[in-house]
Amino acid sequence: MTTTERSPLALATIASVAAAVVVSALLLWLAGAPPLEAAGLILEGAFGSADKIANTLLAWTPLVLASAGLVVTFAAGMWNIGVEGQIVAGAIAASFVAREMPGSPWIVVPLTIVAGAIGGALWALLAGVLRTKGNVNEIFGGLGLDFLALGLTVYLVIGPWSREGTASTGGTDIFREEAWLPTTTLFGTEMPLLAVTMAIVGTLLVYYLLRGTRFGLRLKAVGRNPRSAFVLGIPNDRYILNAFALGGALAGIAGTVQVTGFQHKLVPAISGGYGFLGILVVLLAGFSAKWIAPIALFFIAVSVGSTTLELRLGLDSAFGGVLQGVIVLFVMFGTAIAAQRRRHTTARSGET
Amino acid sequence: MTLELRGIHKHFGAVRANDGVSISIEPGTLHGILGENGAGKSTLMKVLSGFIEADAGEISLDDTTLDLSSPADAIAAGIGMLHQDPLVFLQFTVLDNFLLGSPGSARVDRRAGLGELSRMSEELGFSFDPLQSARTLTVGERQQLEITRLLWLGAKVLILDEPTTGISAAQREQLFAVLRRLAGEGLIVLFVSHKLEEVEELCHSVTVMRSGKVVGAADMPVPPSELVAMMFGKMIEEPGRPEPMIGEPMLELSDFEVTSRTTAIRGLNLTVGAGEIIGLAGLEGSGQRGFLDALSGLVPPDGGKATLDGIDITDLSYRDHLGVGVHYLPAGRLEEGLVAGLTIEEHIALTTREQPFFIDWGVAEANAQASIDEFNVKGLPTSTAESLSGGNQQRLLLSLMPGYLKLLLMEHPTRGLDIESAEYVWSKILQRRSRRTSIVFASADLDELLTYSDRILVCFSGNIIKMLEADDTDGEELGYLIGGKERS
Repeated sequence: MTTTERSPLALATIASVAAAVVVSALLLWLAGAPPLEAAGLILEGAFGSADKIANTLLAWTPLVLASAGLVVTFAAGMWNIGVEGQIVAGAIAASFVAREMPGSPWIVVPLTIVAGAIGGALWALLAGVLRTKGNVNEIFGGLGLDFLALGLTVYLVIGPWSREGTASTGGTDIFREEAWLPTTTLFGTEMPLLAVTMAIVGTLLVYYLLRGTRFGLRLKAVGRNPRSAFVLGIPNDRYILNAFALGGALAGIAGTVQVTGFQHKLVPAISGGYGFLGILVVLLAGFSAKWIAPIALFFIAVSVGSTTLELRLGLDSAFGGVLQGVIVLFVMFGTAIAAQRRRHTTARSGET
Repeated sequence: MTLELRGIHKHFGAVRANDGVSISIEPGTLHGILGENGAGKSTLMKVLSGFIEADAGEISLDDTTLDLSSPADAIAAGIGMLHQDPLVFLQFTVLDNFLLGSPGSARVDRRAGLGELSRMSEELGFSFDPLQSARTLTVGERQQLEITRLLWLGAKVLILDEPTTGISAAQREQLFAVLRRLAGEGLIVLFVSHKLEEVEELCHSVTVMRSGKVVGAADMPVPPSELVAMMFGKMIEEPGRPEPMIGEPMLELSDFEVTSRTTAIRGLNLTVGAGEIIGLAGLEGSGQRGFLDALSGLVPPDGGKATLDGIDITDLSYRDHLGVGVHYLPAGRLEEGLVAGLTIEEHIALTTREQPFFIDWGVAEANAQASIDEFNVKGLPTSTAESLSGGNQQRLLLSLMPGYLKLLLMEHPTRGLDIESAEYVWSKILQRRSRRTSIVFASADLDELLTYSDRILVCFSGNIIKMLEADDTDGEELGYLIGGKERS
């Protein structure tokens, strides 16, 4: 693929982002907020102080991990809508270890991470087995499992794991501090450096797995054309299950970060919606691991920063979601048109 | 109400599916469209029924030029198409299928529809239970329902694409009687078929297509030998068949049975020697594909036994077939062989055996370049599969084959290739033969079958009806047999 082939797509992306910015500004203006000031407030809300940067990074980590997992399942041609459930399953497994496991952080913390990965992987494998053995579309299977995982959390929070004397949906007891995901004191605040490291390592792992390994190459073949892959002798089902397990493990670690790094307890809405948001991140990133980190940072900055809009301008913080949606729709639309146009020109110029 | 097609052109990439087709048909005519697979019949019918738009050309009915950009336009203009697989929604009732696609308001008037359906079907001599689910209908009955519906929608031109595949003899008779009557009432019936006998029996006139062009038009009756000659072109005497080099038995089939939607092979006994080449003749959908699928293990056979070099392969999975030295090249190069979006070097890396977990892209590129040089592929290691021409895709597929094979199965190995590429592909295949590989290939090209096969199996209606020694037969006999007739 040469640069001349790519540039129309890059141009389309830039043009789409520009159009999205204009529309977002228009929306802000209609809502009675001066657009430039609003943009400034969003930036300030996300990156205005060391504390705010720490918060933003802590929210960025699970989104990047879930997105990295989704890159793997997308490579296998799977729409892993069950990613939300996999985050939740990872959170539950990590909570179990955090609640039950005695001992020092050197033992408990790694175990919560491993448990989260296993929980997410097993939950994902359910969707994978439904798909490969039961011929249940992974979108529907995954969606069903999402609801099941959510139900399970609510049950645990108000049932067996409820706080002493009260049964509310406010969450379990706070874990003991030895089970918390460690942070590092930097610039006078607690920076989640370990979480950020995991996100970066997870992304690099996925990038090199898909780019440089036999497993990744075969996975891509299965995802792009399962029939050809099968005729070439690749066991499709095994690769699809592996993709689910790996994608689920990464989502499970995202769930671990949510419980041991952010909430320090299990709450019903533990996934934070990062699974579904991750799907948008991966769509924007063109299904590649390369761009998920910056795109996720942008999404998180808008969500975190838009809470300032509420405080300072009286706008609902849901406005952040609107801005994200506008960007996604414009970019998807713009790149689709560019791709279509390119197909047309290739078709007209005849055989290449 | 004359139907006229003038200068219809339709290209798919470099393939000229229709290359300036002009046909004129008078009202009240049962008109046959004959041609081998890939002759352009289906494309032409799809253009006429609005499924695809022609690149150039004009269609007019009754001196009115039609603008057909969708099937809805076509039916509104009075052109209805009955597809080979009748487009019936199985989960709907017969009545709902009948009403589907009817114009009018959003509200569906089932009561009125019921009356129309019974009136129309009685007139045509069909009987349906309107409230039954369409799932209970046979293929023949679905066809009858579809014909009833098209006529109710006002079809004045009725197109039937291979309508007799999969229906019973009685339903065939009934269908032909209805078609004759409709023609008698002034309709134009276009009957697309590759079965000579049916065209002879039914049609008033016929157009023969080959390679996207009209190569002949005639009023029936026409001697079948002339039709065969038109369909397959002038028979070129095969230029020096390669010397046979048949060794000890390699593939042995006993009481082999394959049944599927299109295949009904029963009790086949066949021994293929090492280095022997077996050609499968027959029009598409006559059972060749099912046979190859069963030999490759993609579909398990329904009975009998298959051994390869003494190993029982009857119940082995497809992957195990690959393990014992079977290789399969289906016709769809980008559908069932190559992966669009992956490059040549990725394909080479994908199929290289005994590879470490991490791919050394430097080595992969070198391997890809070596394959490109050896197999004369016009492309770079970084060219994607879909950017290659058909001939180069086939060369790439050949380069992906493992070094030693016991049985090579191929479906249309040279379809769509120019002569040079086709000869190159065969030179590579013949190299395999000299290394004791047994070869079974299906082809629609009679010259190819006669040139390269040692023996030819003729498939018709899902079964293998004849086994011929390639030396003792010629294109004329094959042409007859493919059409389901013995040479008289």
